[in-house]
Amino acid sequence: MRQHPQAGHGAHAAHADEGKHGSVQSYLVGFILAVILTVIPFWMVMDSNVSRKATLIAISLFAIVQIVVHLKYFLHLDFSTEGKPNTFSFLFTALVIVMLVGLSVWIIFSANALMM
Amino acid sequence: MTSHVIQSHVAHAAAHGHDHEHEHHDSGGSTVFGFWLYLMTDCILFASVFATYAVLFMNTAGGVSGRDIFELDFVLVETFALLLSSITYGFAMIAAHKGNKGGATRWLLATFLLGAVFISMEVYEFHHLVAAGHGPSSSAFLSAFFALVGMHGLHVAAGMLWMIVMIVEVNRRGLAPRTMTRLTCLSLFWHFLDIVWICVFTVVYLMGAL
Repeated sequence: MRQHPQAGHGAHAAHADEGKHGSVQSYLVGFILAVILTVIPFWMVMDSNVSRKATLIAISLFAIVQIVVHLKYFLHLDFSTEGKPNTFSFLFTALVIVMLVGLSVWIIFSANALMM
Repeated sequence: MTSHVIQSHVAHAAAHGHDHEHEHHDSGGSTVFGFWLYLMTDCILFASVFATYAVLFMNTAGGVSGRDIFELDFVLVETFALLLSSITYGFAMIAAHKGNKGGATRWLLATFLLGAVFISMEVYEFHHLVAAGHGPSSSAFLSAFFALVGMHGLHVAAGMLWMIVMIVEVNRRGLAPRTMTRLTCLSLFWHFLDIVWICVFTVVYLMGAL
């Protein structure tokens, strides 16, 4: 019944396939983690007395952790032989994004500061 | 001599043909990888718009800022609709892998409806802002806001259109390998949009309301 094109041959490959697509349990674990990682930052901003700077750092960290949770439990990124090309292309993209966004913000904010 | 060469060539070709057939059997994997690479370029597109937003969000031209217009409880409900739709799509994929056509269709429909809830709420929010005189042309902040959130919304709408096509395809053709490849691509697309939304609600709404 395993009709997925990526399905390999034999029991071993079929087992690896199962891991690749996740089970009900792994989706639920991912979902519960995502809910926790969503509710805490909303609560911090909506009604907590944590200082502005600490909240800013905390919600950024929660977002990064939640992205990793989604990548692992929903997109099934891993370092297995079949998963590696996807994972490394993502890591390369992440590097490009950090440079693109980080350097743009750095340049423009510095320019703003110099013009004040 | 010549015949030997030809013979070995034919044998090679036959072997190659067999290889090719094998590759063909496995081509769903490269399709999915190709789609993944497209998503990576889409990531960079979103990153550029995020950079634009980060550069412009303070330029409110004397008008409203994020703190004045964002309603976080509303955004929290939107976030939950999208998060739930991620897990219902996961269940659709699990049903599809088991060959359960009815289950896959029902979970796809559930995902579609949650996507519809998200899009309706977003359209309502946009309409509300424009009606209150805070349209995209009011300030650089609002232009960047509508561009970023609207682009994510357009992606979700495209994903929903694709989902209708997949529901029809699953019901007409069953869960053949080609259909499974398409379902897998849509799964990557849908989960990817949820990841982009994490960045949107953190950078735009939470940091804006802080």
